[in-house]
Amino acid sequence: MARAATDDTALFEYALRLGDNCLILGHRVSEWCGHSPVLEEDIALANVALDLIGQTQLWLGLAGEIEGQWREGGGRSADDLAFLRDAGAFRNLLLVEQPNGDFGKTLARQFLFDAWHNAMLGALQGSADKRAAEIAEKAAKEVAYHLNRSRDLVVRLGDGTAESHSRMQRALDDLWFYTGELFLADEVDAAMLAAGIGPDLDDIRAQWDAEIDRTLKQATLRRPDSGHVQKGGKRGVHSEHLGYVLAEMQFLQRAYPGARW
Amino acid sequence: MRPATDQIRAWLDEVPDPEIPVISLVDLGIIRDLAWEDDTLVVTVTPTYSGCPATAVINLEIETALRAHGIERIELRRRLSPAWTTDWISDKGRRKLQGYGIAPPVAGTAGCNLAGDAAPTVVCPHCGSTATRVVSQFGSTPCKAAFRCDDCLEPFDYFKCH
Repeated sequence: MARAATDDTALFEYALRLGDNCLILGHRVSEWCGHSPVLEEDIALANVALDLIGQTQLWLGLAGEIEGQWREGGGRSADDLAFLRDAGAFRNLLLVEQPNGDFGKTLARQFLFDAWHNAMLGALQGSADKRAAEIAEKAAKEVAYHLNRSRDLVVRLGDGTAESHSRMQRALDDLWFYTGELFLADEVDAAMLAAGIGPDLDDIRAQWDAEIDRTLKQATLRRPDSGHVQKGGKRGVHSEHLGYVLAEMQFLQRAYPGARW
Repeated sequence: MRPATDQIRAWLDEVPDPEIPVISLVDLGIIRDLAWEDDTLVVTVTPTYSGCPATAVINLEIETALRAHGIERIELRRRLSPAWTTDWISDKGRRKLQGYGIAPPVAGTAGCNLAGDAAPTVVCPHCGSTATRVVSQFGSTPCKAAFRCDDCLEPFDYFKCH
């Protein structure tokens, strides 16, 4: 049965958002490779980055497949979507493009995202779009490990030394501003919810809140009470940081178009 | 000529996993289906981890092995669902992992990490002790965790449940 073109436009946007979150966070985390505090953490961060880049290929591959229904010359490949779009065409959440900061900030960002990602993938496994459901089923198993690890480290650093506690609290306070966007539904989210493809973000928020509150309590950390919300990433309005990420990530394809190895 | 799929499976059971060459692709449980469609052999493969860098090499090795056995038309299909689980690793594969110094996944633990439960008891592949602990859930490859034995004090890889 053919779906209306408007639905497919929304699904394309939705797949881009899911893929771009994985791509940008995967790139950010990969920046740690060779720089982590201890070898085990270096390997763990590289593994998490690798999972996220693998998931990027699946989501952006789906986006390109959908785009092929109307784009002359066919949909773009996952690589083209990753390497040949400029910042304004990226649809990732502002949270994932924030700089790594110290190890605590990287882990705080990861935990805030993992808790959302895990809930999203849990819900997406029941998606009316079979392709999205299959990707979610695969990714959920990987992200469960990501969440277990980032939760554990937030607790250990939060409930650790005075220094690690204060750094973890500062990281949370700095990043909290960007978490509201995770649950702000716009017309794309509404279209996906109506089509049975995406979840209700209010349900995701309830799961996220429970995870965050439980973990922060265990970590002796205080949930920031700021109600300010910075938004824009989902429609392509980004912080200045994204441009620097892309400058590095896309350099080779920009300098040597079509280069392969 | 179209060799029987049992024969083809036996051939693929001789193709080593590129990262853990002691077990075969069949042992790993990623060859999900073999079927002839006219004169084309369709091999359905399920990825272990979505970002596993061995995936491309595995596909190449499947093609190379089958061509060496005279199969000319091969199509590889990726199947995401049902997602790969370590419960699909064969008993033969588990024994070989153990002999190689990698603790095999504890059987029947496919969903072990999903609810945040405690890790299952992992047996040290060197001395057989159960006094082991996780150092990191992320090891030298995406599929392995880093463990340490509190009895013989040796570090070892655990093929983590997935």
